[in-house]
Amino acid sequence: MQPINERALKLGDDSLILGQRLSEWCGHAPMLEVDLALANIALDLIGQATLFLGRAGDPDALAFRRDVLDFRNCLLVEQPNGDFAQTVARLFLFSNWQELMLRDLCSSDEFGDIARKSVKEVAYHARYASEWVVRLGDGTDESRGRMIAGLDWMWRFTPELFEGDAAPLRGEWDARIDAVLGDAGLDRPKDSRPILGGRKGHHSEHLGHLLTEMQFLQRAYPGATW
Amino acid sequence: MYTTELEKQRMASAQEDPEKLAEFDARVAADDFIEPKDWMPEAYRKTLIRQISQHAHSEIVGMLPEGNWITRAPSLRRKAVLLAKVQDEGGHGLYLYCAAETLGTSRDEMVEALHSGRAKYSTIFNYPTLTWADIGAIGWLVDGAAIMNQVPLQRTSYGPYARAMVRICKEESFHQRQGFEIMMTLANGTAEQKRMAQDALNRWWWPSLMMFGPPDDNSPNSAQSMRWRIKRETNDEIRQRFVDATVPQAEALGLTVPDADLKWNEAKGGYDFGAIDWEEFYAVVRGEGPVAKERMKARTKAWEDGAWVREAALAHAAKRAQRMAAE
Ligand SMILES: [Fe+2]
Ligand SMILES: [Fe+2]
Repeated sequence: MQPINERALKLGDDSLILGQRLSEWCGHAPMLEVDLALANIALDLIGQATLFLGRAGDPDALAFRRDVLDFRNCLLVEQPNGDFAQTVARLFLFSNWQELMLRDLCSSDEFGDIARKSVKEVAYHARYASEWVVRLGDGTDESRGRMIAGLDWMWRFTPELFEGDAAPLRGEWDARIDAVLGDAGLDRPKDSRPILGGRKGHHSEHLGHLLTEMQFLQRAYPGATW
Repeated sequence: MYTTELEKQRMASAQEDPEKLAEFDARVAADDFIEPKDWMPEAYRKTLIRQISQHAHSEIVGMLPEGNWITRAPSLRRKAVLLAKVQDEGGHGLYLYCAAETLGTSRDEMVEALHSGRAKYSTIFNYPTLTWADIGAIGWLVDGAAIMNQVPLQRTSYGPYARAMVRICKEESFHQRQGFEIMMTLANGTAEQKRMAQDALNRWWWPSLMMFGPPDDNSPNSAQSMRWRIKRETNDEIRQRFVDATVPQAEALGLTVPDADLKWNEAKGGYDFGAIDWEEFYAVVRGEGPVAKERMKARTKAWEDGAWVREAALAHAAKRAQRMAAE
């Protein structure tokens, strides 16, 4: 098993980066109810990030003063929002995995307390995203086309979720994903060569831009308290 | 614009049944709440729709200037608090749209009126947020001004509006304290942070005073709205109360209010303050604020980009209903 710091960073960075991405929607969502729901999910994720990163050090120092090579999040969460279907695809694939992962973590000595609190939140995220996959897949020709494209964009990054300790979750995740895609009348995207590297700090080009924005104040005014 | 609106009201009320009108006036004068199913004069209904939808639009457009800093908030706690705050504003918009819908309009109609420029929203949101201190200044001043405007509306004559206001006011006080706390942190911070805080106060002070609307001698709708208990205090009264409450707070922060004429007046027990640039206010009302075009562009873009999502949700709901019926 990896040292506690490394595991805390993986857990915290996943939540942090997805929370940051979802907060980009705030004020710009397709309808007010979605705006509120995405902000809610982003809030849960920022809260989780604060707790998990707290187990590895000072959460603000970790969030705002590391560079790309030291981030341990999976590539999936840093993918751009794209259109609403792409955002839904990312949340759907990730939250369904995160829920299973947190469920197993509930009995752990190091993270059990955080996992027990977070798993309830994430179960809601997974349900919310799954409902939208069905709505968009079953809705209009346009929404179906966009949902297929969104899933297609994100699918390459899903094998990374099951590296190492997480491998046993694969079967259950597959079953969940297939059930929702079935309800949505969508085919499972075709597998291609997995894209990996996030857990070792080898990210997509997108993460650097996300960090530039997120870390701006802490970088521009070193040592200031906010 | 104000006069024609008033003319229309006079014409509408001229055609109302005088008996019903008298009964309505008596109920309002007795501080009764009017409920959606109750009879009400057309002009009252129209004025309320205008006022509530304008208020709802302000909450929604108001998400943009602060939303501008969520992704750049300087700590995880500040990010969470700001996200929660902007989410609250969206929630306020939602309650208010629902309150307006009880008067026989629809959210789509109201949104269309906003995007076409027929409906207005608070002038304050047409100013840009340049630094993190603007987030503090907005919470402190703009939410502070909103509270002053909204507390009396908890007793407004239209029941659904009054009840929405009760919920909203609770959250606004939290926003105001949060904004003040950001200002306090900056004012006690580095020289650069202090400069940011002072600059934010300089830019937001006068637009905040304008939030209470035109001066009483140029606010023709006020008298009728006061009689209807849609409004409970005049613009100038509330503005004075805001200045009196806020100046000592600026002093506590060690910041200077950008008004050379600001002076305590012992006789009136309040501050005298300098002349407001009403020309700027009316220009912003006309849609000529510094970032008015950006705000409307962002709103219409979100709405248009989201059209396919809303259509898909409706289409799916219809298909589902059909499938259920077939079973
Ligand atoms: Fe509000
Ligand atoms: Fe507020």
